[in-house]
Amino acid sequence: MKISKGTGEFDTFPKFLLRNAKVFGTRPAMRHKDFGIWQTWSWAEILEEVRCYSLGLQAIGMNKGDKVAVVGANRPRLYWTFAAVQALGGVPVPVYADSVAEEMVYVLQHAEVRFAVVQDQEQVDKLLSIKDQLPKLEYIIYDWERGLGAYDESFLHHIVALQEKGRQVLAKDGDVDWLAGIARGKGEDLSVMLYTSGTTGKPKGVMLSYDNLVLSSQNANKFDNFDENDEIIAYLPLAWVGDHIFSYGQSMTAGYCVCCPESPETVTENRREIAPTYFFAPPRVFEGLLTDIMVRMEDASPLKQKMFHYYLGVAKKVGERVLDGKKVSIIDRLNYQLGELLVYGPLKNRLGMTRMKVGYTAGEAIGPEIFSFYRSLGMNLKQLYGQTEASVYVTAQPDGQISADTVGTPSIDVEIEISDSGEVMYRSPGVFMGYYKNKKATNETKTKEGWVHTGDAGFIDGNGHLRIIDRAKDVGKLNNGSMFPPKYIENKLKFFPNIKEAVAIGDGRDYVAVLLNIDLQPVANWAERNNIAYASYQELANHPEVYEMMGEHISQVNLDLASEERVAGAQISRFLVLHKELDADDGELTRTQKVRRSFINERYSPLIEALYDGTSQKYVETEVVFEDGRKGSISATVQIRDAQTHAPSSIKEAAE
Amino acid sequence: MNAHDRNLPTSDDGISAGAELLSVDNVTLRFGGVTAIQDISFNINKGEVRAIIGPNGAGKTSMLNVINGFYHPQEGTIRFRGETRRKMKPYEAAASGIARTFQNVALFTGMSTLDNIMSGRSLKMNQNFLTQMFYYGPARNEEIEHRKKVEEIIDFLEIQHIRRQPVGKLPYGLQKRVELGRALAMEPDLLLLDEPMAGMNLEEKEDMSRFIIEVNQEYGTTIALIEHDMGVVMDLADRVVVLDYGKKIADGTPDEVQSSQEVIDAYLGVPH
Repeated sequence: MKISKGTGEFDTFPKFLLRNAKVFGTRPAMRHKDFGIWQTWSWAEILEEVRCYSLGLQAIGMNKGDKVAVVGANRPRLYWTFAAVQALGGVPVPVYADSVAEEMVYVLQHAEVRFAVVQDQEQVDKLLSIKDQLPKLEYIIYDWERGLGAYDESFLHHIVALQEKGRQVLAKDGDVDWLAGIARGKGEDLSVMLYTSGTTGKPKGVMLSYDNLVLSSQNANKFDNFDENDEIIAYLPLAWVGDHIFSYGQSMTAGYCVCCPESPETVTENRREIAPTYFFAPPRVFEGLLTDIMVRMEDASPLKQKMFHYYLGVAKKVGERVLDGKKVSIIDRLNYQLGELLVYGPLKNRLGMTRMKVGYTAGEAIGPEIFSFYRSLGMNLKQLYGQTEASVYVTAQPDGQISADTVGTPSIDVEIEISDSGEVMYRSPGVFMGYYKNKKATNETKTKEGWVHTGDAGFIDGNGHLRIIDRAKDVGKLNNGSMFPPKYIENKLKFFPNIKEAVAIGDGRDYVAVLLNIDLQPVANWAERNNIAYASYQELANHPEVYEMMGEHISQVNLDLASEERVAGAQISRFLVLHKELDADDGELTRTQKVRRSFINERYSPLIEALYDGTSQKYVETEVVFEDGRKGSISATVQIRDAQTHAPSSIKEAAE
Repeated sequence: MNAHDRNLPTSDDGISAGAELLSVDNVTLRFGGVTAIQDISFNINKGEVRAIIGPNGAGKTSMLNVINGFYHPQEGTIRFRGETRRKMKPYEAAASGIARTFQNVALFTGMSTLDNIMSGRSLKMNQNFLTQMFYYGPARNEEIEHRKKVEEIIDFLEIQHIRRQPVGKLPYGLQKRVELGRALAMEPDLLLLDEPMAGMNLEEKEDMSRFIIEVNQEYGTTIALIEHDMGVVMDLADRVVVLDYGKKIADGTPDEVQSSQEVIDAYLGVPH
């Protein structure tokens, strides 16, 4: 159906909800697996739930402009919270649920939240532990009552109880005022505040208006033809702008169904059951799935392994050409069909990607081999480039114009420019209102004309596609003058299933060195098959044979780098394998699992020194934070090795 | 943190919270010439968490086996819900509301988590083999009813992701959780846990402690547990009975037990 633009009749999400209940009434709007069964709500039912919930919130005193923290996993009631709060003119502030208490304090203080809607006892306890530091926080509302029976704090409410309260209000006074409140909402109003994960410094509260989100969502729906018949699975953090757009904004505007998994551990299984038509995942999810497939295949029977690898070869040869509608010989085409029957079909079914119309990956560069792997199986996987400040969409790849190293053409209504310094800048209807209570940062990021600095270095190629090289401030130089793009090197390393995380160092140094994290699952599997005994992650990471294996991987990456003129000088000279996994709880990764470079440089400075002073081992002690916030420390003697490098001229011979 | 003194729900057996549910009176158990348990008496009150501790070979597991009817003591009696018994088969104990888990996990390794927990419901099933075979009418309704209960337990123990996996392939910590699930499926009045945390890491222990507390508080299930981790015992238990060489050497609140010289000697050894 045709939907008028955001400036028209429907310009806020509560208005869209009213429309959806009318237009799509009995169509499924949301599913949630509970007690092993998929429960479904229609749009009309969602409206009822939201209406009672909203009236209940009003009854305990929620007013226009109140900030409401939302903390938890992807559960229906938390999504309803967005609409219920927005209907009253309040502003939801989703917060990363796995943040430890101290991290949460900053965001909740800064956002001045008056209400917090949280998932369960764990989150309630977390909030109670920091409540003294949050004078503005008046009410805590929870979704799952388990374990909370004995809590008698008067400011604690169960969502169901609030809905009951709302139902009484509805029976007594009706909802005329409530509807009038929604009608008063305007497109330029503040819709949501999303705190950026903050690769550097304190998180900033990005204020997005309804116009930002509604227009961006509508444009995205138009770009990939999403309508009420589509279905997605919501599994990414609520506090991340992507989830807010895919699971809330686009669902509200297109009317498609959002499915909430049973628990975070069952996402893969639930995805198989639902088979979403639209799927978004950061590269690491695709990497993880591929690693998982490969590990499982190694345990399969020889015949199956043979068949699997043969047809993967076929797919590699012709799969992407078939997908892009290019010319393929009849024999290859038939063979590919057979492969679909024997391998790709069952595999896609296993991954829950049988019905996938469009899949997106973004957030970080995806390994070209990984990207091609999925595409060659016949999945329409594309890349997009986005930011919280842009309501996600800056560029996206149109169907048929896909390649692993571009991020596509500007999305609908988006203008792009490359500044003189090589930085990518954009302007669009999705451009944020500003950072909450941070004029300075707003002015630094957004120009008067509405252009936004992305902080990424990139260029537009001959076909009008944007290519991102690295974070503008991360691209450095070695002392001998060669270019040093850390992420570029790290991504090449991370393509190996055995390497989970890599951190490259080299700016202002004589050579490039890397810190590696092994990926426990494949490496443990490998150790088991090779009779290598180990007691802990630390011991395995420090095992000489693991070092041997890592050395081979690095040599391969160096060979790869040697073949590219621009980065041949950035070959890796020395490396070490870290004794612990990089973890967001320790501040080493952001909550979206990106490496915090400067923090790691500081934290592991003794190790980094050792990489450059020629020692072969180093004793370190590292403080770690457990999930419940307690601290401990682990110590280890980390080995440091030299890596095999390749002369740019000897590429051909070495490759033979 | 023994905050168990709130109003505990009473089940329909007429025993109110805090009253005696089970009592062991002067029990002696011998295997040939070896005396495993010697003249031990203690009781378990409804709604409490009762810990049985002691060094290796003290007779803790034998004590549990006596309570659930696996061993028959040569002397002494067991009184459960006011009924005195001398000999009782394990299945009779199960039918009367006593469920247990084992020190070394004893699950059906080839069956899924779901089926294992479902097997805990078998005592509550009324349909016979024939009607179940045809899965029709009452049999079907009954199955659905039980499945619902089992799903609640799966939800409670947060093991949705392993619902369909054969338990033999699961890590030990999860197997322990499944075993607890199977015991809970019986909706017992008295739950006997034999070293529920053995071989677990800190995080798994914390999870398990949380489940035990919740079973106790939310369902009002009386729990008797054997445990070696003193931290866990002191946190969970309302009352502790300490055994050493088959004899009871102390009985009381965790604090009392902890400060008893005899207990300290038993654990740390005394110079001879």
